[in-house]
Amino acid sequence: MRYFISLSLMLAALWLSLSGVYKPLIFGLGGASIALVVWLTERMEVLGAEHDAGLWSWRLPVYWGWLLWQVVLANLMVSRAVLSRRPIRPRLLQVRASQQTLVGRVTYGNSITLTPGTITTELPSDDEDLQVHALLPAAAEDLRSGEMARRVDWLESGR
Amino acid sequence: MTESVLNIASMLMLLAGGGFAMIGGIGLLRFPDVYTRLHAGSITDTLAPLLIVGGLALQSGWSLLTLKLLLILLFLLFTTPTASHATARAAMLAGIRPVTASGHDARDPNQEEPSSSNT
Repeated sequence: MRYFISLSLMLAALWLSLSGVYKPLIFGLGGASIALVVWLTERMEVLGAEHDAGLWSWRLPVYWGWLLWQVVLANLMVSRAVLSRRPIRPRLLQVRASQQTLVGRVTYGNSITLTPGTITTELPSDDEDLQVHALLPAAAEDLRSGEMARRVDWLESGR
Repeated sequence: MTESVLNIASMLMLLAGGGFAMIGGIGLLRFPDVYTRLHAGSITDTLAPLLIVGGLALQSGWSLLTLKLLLILLFLLFTTPTASHATARAAMLAGIRPVTASGHDARDPNQEEPSSSNT
């Protein structure tokens, strides 16, 4: 029930900010869409099964800020590789995922993929290593240092 | 005064965003295989929209429009890595071996040789 309410409130806030037209018809359509989405998530059995949509930690914006900065740095690195004549040195590597929860593992895997220069090619749901494709040795080294894994751990422990 | 400063900052961000989108496109053409090309594509997916949306947000000021722009950015940054991962994983499952510098198997030399199937 808690998930039900938090999801509805989040969707309502999203609808209101996206519409910007406050008329009875629009409100009615918005209410109907929210009811439909909540019903669908209920049927798909994802509501509250993995993550509470209303649960926001102050650590999330801090992590996003750090990740954004890493993305900018990685972009410059990959852009240089695109424009330079030196050959690239791609490779596959295994990376340890120390996160406890599925959401934590997905956050880590997605953060790796979001950062240019590294792509998660395999993300097993059990306790195995991730497989990552890295474009440049420097990108692989960054990942090996485990900085991002520690940040995701930190984000995860703040739940 | 502040208006013209904002306009210039916005213009520079839009230009830089377009430039990075082009670099991503060049990389897409230059790089050798599907995995490396995904890396180039992720420039167009991350830094280019960051700069373009940032530049547009400077134009729209503090309004509902800015919130919408930021939401576009948020959804983009959440969905593109998922799409990249799906593409890379599909390529792995299809048995496409990544190209490497040495021309040999791209696997990590520190790891023992896994079985030939990638599943």
